[in-house]
Amino acid sequence: MDANVGKLYGRDAELRDAPTTEELKATVGSTAEHVGLTIDIVKEISDFKNEPDWMREHRLKSFKIFESKPVPTWGPDLSHLDFNQIVGFVRPKGKEYKANTWDEVPTEIKDTFEKLGIPEAERKFLAGVGAQYDSEVLYKSLRKNISELGVIYTDMDSAVREYPELVQKYFMNRCVPATDNKFAALHGAFWSGGSFLYVPKDVVVPMPLQIYFMMNYPGFGQFEHTLIVAEEGAQVQYIEGCSAPHYTKDSMHAAVVEIFAHKGSRVRYTSIQNWSKNVYNLNTKRALVYDNAVMEWVGGTLGSGVTMLYPCSMLLGKGARAEHLSIALAGEGQVKDTGAKVFHMAPDTSSKIVSKSICKKGGTVRYRGMLMVGAGCTGVKSNVRCDSIISDSDSKAETIPVMDIRSKDAVIGHEASVGRISEEQLFYLMSRGIDAEEALALVVRGFIEPIVKELPLEYAVEMNRLIEMEMEGSVG
Amino acid sequence: MSLLEINGLKVFADEKEIVKGLSLTVKPGEVHVIMGQNGSGKSTLLNALAGHPKYRAEGDVKFEGKDLLAIKPHERARAGMFLAFQHPNEVSGVSLSNFLRRAYVARFNKEISVAEFEKIMREKMQLLGMEKSFAERGVNEGFSGGEKKRSEILQLAVLEPKLAMLDELDSGLDVDALGKIAETIALIRKPETSIIIVTHYARILKNLKADHVHVMRDGKIIASGDERLAHKLEETGYSWINSSV
Repeated sequence: MDANVGKLYGRDAELRDAPTTEELKATVGSTAEHVGLTIDIVKEISDFKNEPDWMREHRLKSFKIFESKPVPTWGPDLSHLDFNQIVGFVRPKGKEYKANTWDEVPTEIKDTFEKLGIPEAERKFLAGVGAQYDSEVLYKSLRKNISELGVIYTDMDSAVREYPELVQKYFMNRCVPATDNKFAALHGAFWSGGSFLYVPKDVVVPMPLQIYFMMNYPGFGQFEHTLIVAEEGAQVQYIEGCSAPHYTKDSMHAAVVEIFAHKGSRVRYTSIQNWSKNVYNLNTKRALVYDNAVMEWVGGTLGSGVTMLYPCSMLLGKGARAEHLSIALAGEGQVKDTGAKVFHMAPDTSSKIVSKSICKKGGTVRYRGMLMVGAGCTGVKSNVRCDSIISDSDSKAETIPVMDIRSKDAVIGHEASVGRISEEQLFYLMSRGIDAEEALALVVRGFIEPIVKELPLEYAVEMNRLIEMEMEGSVG
Repeated sequence: MSLLEINGLKVFADEKEIVKGLSLTVKPGEVHVIMGQNGSGKSTLLNALAGHPKYRAEGDVKFEGKDLLAIKPHERARAGMFLAFQHPNEVSGVSLSNFLRRAYVARFNKEISVAEFEKIMREKMQLLGMEKSFAERGVNEGFSGGEKKRSEILQLAVLEPKLAMLDELDSGLDVDALGKIAETIALIRKPETSIIIVTHYARILKNLKADHVHVMRDGKIIASGDERLAHKLEETGYSWINSSV
C-alpha cells in the first residue's frame, strides 16, 4: 500500500511522518486567525473580503439566527461541540495565492500537498480541478474549453465580486436559507471559500469537475459554500473529495451545498469525505430540481467523528427525478447519522435511494430518511433501499425512515437489511487461501460495489483502498 | 509418504463431540469415498480438516508431514488443501474471477496480471464448458444449485490442490448433472491429486474410480474396503451395516 495514502487518510499508525501543525503553519502562515465565533469576526471576514452590503447584511442576519437557535438534540450527541474553540477564519499569508496552472502553485504548497499525499486523482485531473487550502481557494485551473462553453467555475469569493447578480439570485434564499438550521445559520455568517459553478442553457460539461477541500489548522472550522446552477438542458458532474490529517482539538465542518437543476438538466454531485475523527461534520446539502431534471447524489462518508448529513432533493417540477447513493462507514468512536430527504412536490416525479452502511469496532451508523409526497402529486414513484453490515457485536446499525405520503397513487418501495458479516462467509473465502483481513475487506468491498461502480475510476480505486485500510485490524 | 495422515481425530461443535476418534491415511493420487447417513459426522470431518471456526479439533493430523491443526484455514488452502462446499456462501458484489484471482495469488504465492490470470481461468472454463460471462457474476450470487457446484469445480480446477475434499457433491444434482461433474473432475485431475468424497450414494462411483471406500457412523469409520463395499451398501442400504457392526 502507498504510504502516502495512509497519511492522507489520517491513520494513527502512519501519522508519524505527517506534517505537524507547526510545520504547516511555517509553510503557509496566516495573518488572521481568531478562536471563537463572534460577531466581530463576522465583520472582519466581510471587511477583509470587501464584500457588497447585501452579503455583509446576510452574514450579520445569519449570525443572529445562529445565536437564537439551540443546538439540535434530535440526532447524535453534540454536547462536546465547543463553539468557543472554533477558528472562524484563516487566510494564507500571501493574498495572491490563486493560480491558473499547476506550475504557478508555489513550491512549498506543492510540498505540503506531497506530504499530505494528495492522491493521483487530483494530479491526473488537474486541468479540471481546484483545491481549497484552508479558507482560500489556492489553486484552480479551468480547462480552456469549459470557459469557452460559457461555463463559470470559480471560487465563491470571486463569484460574489464578479457575478453579483447571479450569486445574489441564488445564494442562501430559496434553497438553503439561514433559517433552515443552526449550522446553516452559522455557515451563513462565517462562510468562506467554496465553489461557484454555473452551466448555461444546453451546455454539456464534458468531464467531471473536481475539487479537494482540506482542513489543516487545529480548531479550524471550515464553512465553504458550494453553489451549482445548471440552466435548462445543461449537464454537469461535480466531484468533491475531502481529507484532513489528525489533530487533537475538535474541528467542525459546516458546509452548505446549494444546487439548482433547472428544466431538463442533469447534475451529479459526488463527494467523498474522509476527515480525521475529531471533526464534527454538520453539513446542509440541498438541490431544487425542476421539470424533467435529474439530480444525482453520490456520497461516501468515511472519516470524521460525528457526521450529520442528509442530502435533500426538492422535486419541484413535473417529471423531476432524484437518485441518492451513499456509503457510510463508522468505526471506533464514530457516529454516522446520515441519510436522504426527498420531497415529491410535483406529479410524475421519481426517486431512488440506496444507502449502504458499514459499522465496526463499536461504531454507530444510523440511516435517517425523509420521504414526502405532496397532496395531489400523482404518478409518484420512489424506491428506498438501505443495507447495513456489522462486523462485531459492539457496533450498532439503525434505520429511521420517515414517510409522509399524501397522494394515494404513489408507488413506494422500502427495503432495509441489517446483516452481520458471517463466520461462514469469511471461512469460505479463507478456505481458498485468502487471509482473514483480506476476506473481510473483500466482503465489504462487494457490499459497497453498487455505489463504488458509480464513481470515476480513480475514486473507486481510492475508495476500495480506503475500505481495505479501514477494515485492517477488524478481525478478532 | 502419505499426503494426509489422521490419527485419533476428535471434533467438537461447542462441547458436543461429533467426530469421535477417527483415523485415515490418504496417499498421493488416491480417491477415498466416505459414505454414511445424515449425522454420521462425515461433513463435519471435512469442514474440520479445512479449519472451520465452528469446530474444535483434537488429535494428530499431518498434511505432508506437517501439523495441520496448528495452522489457519487460509494456510491450509495455500498448502494445497481444497474443500468443495455442499452449500457455498454468497459473496455479493465480488466477481468470481476477481475472487478466484486473489485465491490464485494466495495459493501459488505469485502476483499475476489480470490478463494472465484470465487466460488460465478461460482455459479451465472451456474445459468445463462454461460461458465466459459466468466468471463475471458475483460469487454464488443468484446461482442455481448446479451452478454453485460448477463454480466449486472451476475453483478446484484453477487452484490445483493436492487434496480435494468434496462435500456431498451429489446433493441437489440429478444423475446426468452429477455424471457430468464427476467426468469433469476426472478430466481436470492430475494423477497425483488425492480426493476425499463424502456422499450418501454410491452413484458418483460410476464416473470416478475409488481406491478406498469407508463407512462412517456416529463419528467413527466402522468399515473400510474397496468399491464393492459401496455397491453392497447401495443395494442393501445402511441397515445392513448397522446390523452387522
